[in-house]
Amino acid sequence: MRYDALIIGAGLSGLGAGIRLAQFGKRVAILEKHSVWGGLNSFYKLEGRLFDSGLHAFTNYVPRGERTRPLGKILRQLRIDHDALELGEQTWSAIRFADAELKFSNDFELLRSEIARVFPSETANFDRLVADLPDYDVLDGRRSGVWARAELTKYFREPLLVEMLMCPLCFYGSAHERDVEWEQFAILFRSLFLEGFARPAGGIRAVLDVLVKRFKAEGGEIKLRSGVRRIVIDGGEARGVELENGAVLEAEHVFSSAGRVETRRLCGAADEAADVGRLSFIEAIAVTERTPRESRFDGTAIFFNDSPRFEYARPDELVDARSGVICTPNNYATPRPLAEGMLRVTLLANYDRWTALGDEDYAREKARATELAFAAAARFAFDVRGREVFQDTFTPRTIERFTGHLGGAIYGSPRKSHDGSSGVERLSLIGTDQGLVGIVGALLSGITIANRREQQSTRTAP
Amino acid sequence: MTNDEIVLAIKDIIATIAPDEELVHLKMDVRLREQIELDSMDFLDIVMELRKRYGVQVPEQDYMELATLAGCVKYLGPKLADKPLKLASRA
Ligand SMILES: Cc1cc2nc3c(=O)[nH]c(=O)nc-3n(C[C@H](O)[C@H](O)[C@H](O)COP(=O)(O)OP(=O)(O)OC[C@H]3O[C@@H](n4cnc5c(N)ncnc54)[C@H](O)[C@@H]3O)c2cc1C
Repeated sequence: MRYDALIIGAGLSGLGAGIRLAQFGKRVAILEKHSVWGGLNSFYKLEGRLFDSGLHAFTNYVPRGERTRPLGKILRQLRIDHDALELGEQTWSAIRFADAELKFSNDFELLRSEIARVFPSETANFDRLVADLPDYDVLDGRRSGVWARAELTKYFREPLLVEMLMCPLCFYGSAHERDVEWEQFAILFRSLFLEGFARPAGGIRAVLDVLVKRFKAEGGEIKLRSGVRRIVIDGGEARGVELENGAVLEAEHVFSSAGRVETRRLCGAADEAADVGRLSFIEAIAVTERTPRESRFDGTAIFFNDSPRFEYARPDELVDARSGVICTPNNYATPRPLAEGMLRVTLLANYDRWTALGDEDYAREKARATELAFAAAARFAFDVRGREVFQDTFTPRTIERFTGHLGGAIYGSPRKSHDGSSGVERLSLIGTDQGLVGIVGALLSGITIANRREQQSTRTAP
Repeated sequence: MTNDEIVLAIKDIIATIAPDEELVHLKMDVRLREQIELDSMDFLDIVMELRKRYGVQVPEQDYMELATLAGCVKYLGPKLADKPLKLASRA
């Protein structure tokens, strides 16, 4: 049996690409190793509770009718109604450092006024930065080689402001240690500050349901528990895939969301270990009877740092509790409030150290890292300690096991392939290592690369 | 299809792709992209719908011919001459 297109991975980029290819009339199947779709942003059930594996904030939020921004574009391309996602907006979020705070919300004026309050001499510079911010066309993957820290230093005299702006942007999308590429900075700045945060009322599962339904309605096929063992290559061209169960599926074109190095390995190349991303994370989750508001916290996400410089690098220790993200899904204005309180804390973690632990040490270290995470939350947001009715923590090991991303690197390899090329003909990279991250970013990545492929296939000889 | 019907066909396709756009005032000779929010991604959808609804293939090098409604009529006229109009949008 022969497909027009096979997609490796039923994460957001795979689903985005799949819907587009099916709309183009292609015979397409998505092959997913796991028993459930979603990839890095999936869901799981523990003791009767449904958890999102990734969701802090649905970034890039714009209201219905705003069509030129990424969210408007993807909804239009996928023909999904804005209302179907039931997005509730955040209350407010903040960047909190040891002795300064900047609040922001979906109203950009809040961040502007906060800059004016905390860094009065930088107000005009901040406006200049916003005016200069490239409106990056997602179809254009060119990179200038400029780094955000250096570029920001040209705008601001206050080093603290540079550090504060870097903090949320790195945590929400930099695959590089200590910095972020200027173009990626611009994309993230828009998606966090000029657009905003929201939460789908039904969590990520509801979003995935909408996407999967759309894909099937267009005639697409999803095969779960269908890990790809090998990409079949002949004459330098991908011809199909071999599944872990030995079945071989042929295709005109293969799209892979597995990651750059991961995909190279599926092609039989053993090199490129140096391109595996170094940044991984732990996430500690607490469920409480009390809501965060009852603990007098009505914010949404806190990006914290309490060392002089914001480091954003693989720690030597198991985790680095000096900076991180604290988030609660309760404080979004969704139509149906959550029944229980929930807190999520993300910290940078060292993949090698976590994978070197034996089972007993692993359990103990996980408990210790969780304590550090909740202590940070108590300092920068609210205290759940002693009040947890349920607790779960995942580590770089968990991330690698469930998503296949080497090194547990959520944002993938620092080496991106912005045009989706993989080095092998008829094989394209989509998702994380194509360069667009986050829920909306991954969807846009899949859509963009599928569109480009369709456009190329309508090119006829003159 | 007559020329008027081709205009209706294109407007109907745009209404499917971009249901929020106001289409009654579209001018014939002004680029569509200057009158409504249509980017290259949406353009691909116009081409896709032409193929799905009317079996008309528009190769990439001809996309420019579809920039205005007048261009659409000129380019698609011969290709759609013997095809009946199909309306799909909610409008
Ligand atoms: C803890 C955490 C919190 C996050 N929070 C947010 C957030 O709040 N907001 C936000 O916008 N983004 C968030 N993200 C980021 C976002 O989830 C990702 O950027 C996005 O989901 C990436 O999608 P993708 O399709 O590129 O990759 P993936 O989701 O990784 O998809 C790849 C898929 O391929 C499958 N696969 C891999 N190898 C094979 C193989 N050989 N055969 C078959 N299948 C294979 C994997 O199982 C996986 O399903 C978060 C991520 C994490 C982990």
